[in-house]
Amino acid sequence: MAKQILLKNIEVPGLAGFDVYRRLGGYSAVEKALKGYTPDQVTDEVKKSGLKGRGGAGFPAGMKWSFIDKKSDNPRYFVCNFDESEPGTFKDRHIGQLNPHQLIEGMILGSYALGANAAYIYIRGELFYVLNIIEKAINEAYKNGFLGENILGSGYSLNLYCHPGAGAYICGEETALLESLEGKRGNPRIKPPFPAIVGLYGCPTVVNNVETIAALPWIVNNGGEAYAAIGTGASTGTKLISACGHINKPGIYEIELGLPVEEFIYSDEYCGGIRNGNSLKAVVAGGSSVPILPADLILKTAKGEPRLMSYESLAEGGFQTGTMLGSGGFIVMDHTTCIVKNLLTFARFYRHESCGQCSPCREGTGWMEKILMRIEGGQGTMKDINLLTDIAKNIEGNTICPLGDAAAWPVASAIRHFREEFEEHVKLQKCPF
Amino acid sequence: MQDKNTIAEFNAATLDLVNQIIKRYPQGRQKSALLPVLHIAQAENNGWLSADTMDYVASLLGIQPIEVYEVASFYSMFNLQPVGNCVIEVCQTGPCWLNGAEQLLAHFEKRLGIKPGETTPDGKFTLKTVECLAACGNAPVIQVGTEYHEKLTTLKADELLDKWTAENKNSHTNPYL
Ligand SMILES: Cc1cc2nc3c(=O)[nH]c(=O)nc-3n(C[C@H](O)[C@H](O)[C@H](O)COP(=O)(O)O)c2cc1C
Ligand code: SF4
Ligand code: FES
Repeated sequence: MAKQILLKNIEVPGLAGFDVYRRLGGYSAVEKALKGYTPDQVTDEVKKSGLKGRGGAGFPAGMKWSFIDKKSDNPRYFVCNFDESEPGTFKDRHIGQLNPHQLIEGMILGSYALGANAAYIYIRGELFYVLNIIEKAINEAYKNGFLGENILGSGYSLNLYCHPGAGAYICGEETALLESLEGKRGNPRIKPPFPAIVGLYGCPTVVNNVETIAALPWIVNNGGEAYAAIGTGASTGTKLISACGHINKPGIYEIELGLPVEEFIYSDEYCGGIRNGNSLKAVVAGGSSVPILPADLILKTAKGEPRLMSYESLAEGGFQTGTMLGSGGFIVMDHTTCIVKNLLTFARFYRHESCGQCSPCREGTGWMEKILMRIEGGQGTMKDINLLTDIAKNIEGNTICPLGDAAAWPVASAIRHFREEFEEHVKLQKCPF
Repeated sequence: MQDKNTIAEFNAATLDLVNQIIKRYPQGRQKSALLPVLHIAQAENNGWLSADTMDYVASLLGIQPIEVYEVASFYSMFNLQPVGNCVIEVCQTGPCWLNGAEQLLAHFEKRLGIKPGETTPDGKFTLKTVECLAACGNAPVIQVGTEYHEKLTTLKADELLDKWTAENKNSHTNPYL
């Protein structure tokens, strides 16, 4: 069942070129939608598909589209979030680099459904070489009549552009992304109003992740119900998982949602087990922001049921014993890993990436990094461990955007599940690894 | 290292590119072109943004210089101080750390005789640490200009350094080309 939707043709040579993509059935969804569907019918198919946003938050895409302000006289915009900066996440690059036309086709479908005549792909600045690949594909799409004025004689027109970021994780947060696209600092906006009402240039806007958008051609071609038939019912379709860390086969895998975690980690079809025959210690299942789980809790829920790769199964047990599917950035650690040191790299990341607007996030991320440096460096005290928990608690829920939570959760969960390891650092006055 | 502003202004071809980019945004929204234009300006100014360069960008886009400074200082890809001809950026975040990024960084420090944030006395190399480059499956990863080098070993790092030294590598090329 793997590789059926997003990565089906990914290994075909020349797929990034228009001709190969087209020969494999590419752009047939645009033909079908523009000739046979009203924009609302496209939205209905996406609603029926149950497709959840693949950027991390998992909000249903069709529902988000239906919030777009249709009464406004302003133009509407569709924006692709290609900021891909969440540590452990490297799936969108794969699509952009190898199958840019699939993303472009999805952009046309989404823009048509939303009534947008201009759309932007916001791509992190480090990935300029991918931006150039996508721009080349965009030019081909224009030349072949799939972008520009009066596409396929339907009367519908769309211009599509790429826009580079310049090194700022926070610009992946959708309102910071819009600020950045307007040529400003990436400071998240206070919500509400949501972008569907007040977005880019104050106009109704929808922001979706690359992977969400890349699933649209299949959904339009095969129907929302066919998509919803894949997966677990609550988690429909397939998901890209970017797997890294101490596994034998790091890489990007398309899984049917509901695959057992154990099969994902140990089968040769996916991660191929832990390197050097080592034992599994912990997994961060959905990008650096989600709670870390020890081996026993990632393989089985607290109730003893097999843990599955789905939104609901990974969340089973709440934050006490569960985690989140997030962006699908699956970071695996074997028994040689120092949890404190790994956490310190994440803490440094969030301190570096905080935009600085809210005091709890700006100050708290700095304190957490410093205390973790102290513990890892052998100067920590037992009180420091509780202090970390306190700081995390005081950041969570008290900030403008979820980066604060994203910084707090890894700390809180590492202490929850690996407290003895922090204490050992303090007792030994050094890192035991 | 070059601390003087070397672009008096863009040449005709670059101006053409800049004008094309400005047209991607609605009328009156030319400020949106700021990040792409700063990338181009930085490449043309030996990899950093001097006050003169930023003032020139402000004049091109018809915005205030302060609007450029506040943006340039926010984004980590923009250098506000002179850098070497070849900037080596080593990823340090969790997944790369799990796969030897610390040892790799130490190796670069030793070979170049500098710490992160510093430039070699001959002005050839600047070493920087950066956060996750979205290539964690091929950790450890470094970035040099628009190039990624993945699954790096100290052996491969040596080969690259030798090559870059020999060819006097310049990583500040127009990213759109
Ligand atoms: C700090 C932060 C960083 C984020 N980074 C990304 C990102 O790199 N890519 C992405 O698609 N979404 C990211 N998001 C989520 C976006 O805000 C938004 O939910 C998403 O783009 C919506 O698209 P989707 O519904 O298709 O997932 C981030 C959110 C936060 C709070
Ligand atoms: S939570 Fe952090 S990143 Fe988000 S707006 Fe506040 S300071 Fe900025
Ligand atoms: S952690 Fe280095 S590329 Fe992601």
